[in-house]
Amino acid sequence: MNGPHDLGGQMGFGPVAPEMNEPYFHGEWEKRALGITLACGAFGAWNIDESRHARENISPATYLSVSYYEIWMRALEVLLERHGFVDGGEIDAAKAMMAPATPKRVLSPEMVAPMLSKGGPCDRPVETAPVFAVGETVRTRNFNPQTHTRLPRYARAKTGVVEAVQGGFVFADDNAHGKGENPEWVYTVVFDGAEIWGEGADPTLTVSIDAWESYLERV
Amino acid sequence: MHDDHDHSHDHDHDHPHDPGHHHDDDHHHDNHYSDMQARVRALETVLTEKGLIDPKAIDQIVETYQTRVGPRNGARVVAKAWSDPEFRDWLKRDATAAISSLGYSGRQGEHMRAVFNTEDTHNLVVCTLCSCYPWAVLGLPPTWYKAPAYRSRAVIDPRGVLAEFGLTLAETTKIRVWDSTAELRYLVIPERPEGTQEMSEDELSALVSRDAMIGTAIAGHASTGDGY
Repeated sequence: MNGPHDLGGQMGFGPVAPEMNEPYFHGEWEKRALGITLACGAFGAWNIDESRHARENISPATYLSVSYYEIWMRALEVLLERHGFVDGGEIDAAKAMMAPATPKRVLSPEMVAPMLSKGGPCDRPVETAPVFAVGETVRTRNFNPQTHTRLPRYARAKTGVVEAVQGGFVFADDNAHGKGENPEWVYTVVFDGAEIWGEGADPTLTVSIDAWESYLERV
Repeated sequence: MHDDHDHSHDHDHDHPHDPGHHHDDDHHHDNHYSDMQARVRALETVLTEKGLIDPKAIDQIVETYQTRVGPRNGARVVAKAWSDPEFRDWLKRDATAAISSLGYSGRQGEHMRAVFNTEDTHNLVVCTLCSCYPWAVLGLPPTWYKAPAYRSRAVIDPRGVLAEFGLTLAETTKIRVWDSTAELRYLVIPERPEGTQEMSEDELSALVSRDAMIGTAIAGHASTGDGY
């Protein structure tokens, strides 16, 4: 979707303004937000792509004005409600009022270290050979789906070169919508700055994206 | 101002599709989040009462990222890459395995790629679409990495961004920006500073800042933060 999250090349946000020696967490709630988000992910009710799409669906004015942990929490409430674990009214009341759906697992303290060190690999075998080869010139497709995609707007309908064939990976665009993992080859495709930004582009700039095979066409 | 006032009073009447209606709903909805501390505490209470989460597990997650998984991990990877040519080659061929051999693996480090700065090319990592970041080697991302200013500008004006970090590159230096749009996570291997030939890996790792491994600094120079 062409949501507020697709920020590459947008203007008007001012300087980056890094905070010197920023603490890991600003306030206790950010710690809990991190932990609750990961603990709810352990339910196994949704995947990372559905989570990302829930964040993208936050209204643009809100998305662009709140902290990232707040984006996480707003999206988490949507996911919890969608999958029958919590009702918004319960959070308003700070009180459990309905029986929740059954999670695949509840994260115990003992499960934390193994879960974090295992992570969630999303490389998958792909039955067909890669369509594109390293060094080949390709063009990204031009599309504007209302659904989840990882092809940023700035890199659509652009000509670049395949720099690496990175392996087969779960196809985020399908997986975000419960359509299955449908793994595809992923390629690192590099573009000249001028191809993306045109007139006035930094002549020393190249930008790469990691693109699923169905994002690409032969030139 | 007068219009806003009118909208708020139209709310319950004969304009169900009036934009003011939505505005009011949003506003009402936003009230839930005016106190994040309270909202998150309420959510944790509800989930705990339902037996869906164990607050002690959450404590464990927080402790992990406060004390064990942070940019010092990545700095040790870089120091080894500087000191050990075989490790450097391995890192180029299979970064996930090479990094894992030092004990750093797992969440948001499952599919690692190391990208090497050279005399003529500087690498910079961003996630324009969300906040993808190599947690296993750098820990949790700083706020600026997840915020619109960095995500919007890194791909179009990297030199302007770097200047805000106090880094000015030669005009001829090529800049390569890696937008983390899939599940690969990138670690920048900065160039080894001159005059460090006699240093041990431990001493070298102290020269490697978090920012140098994102690409917003170079090794041996100031960083905006290094974590623990």
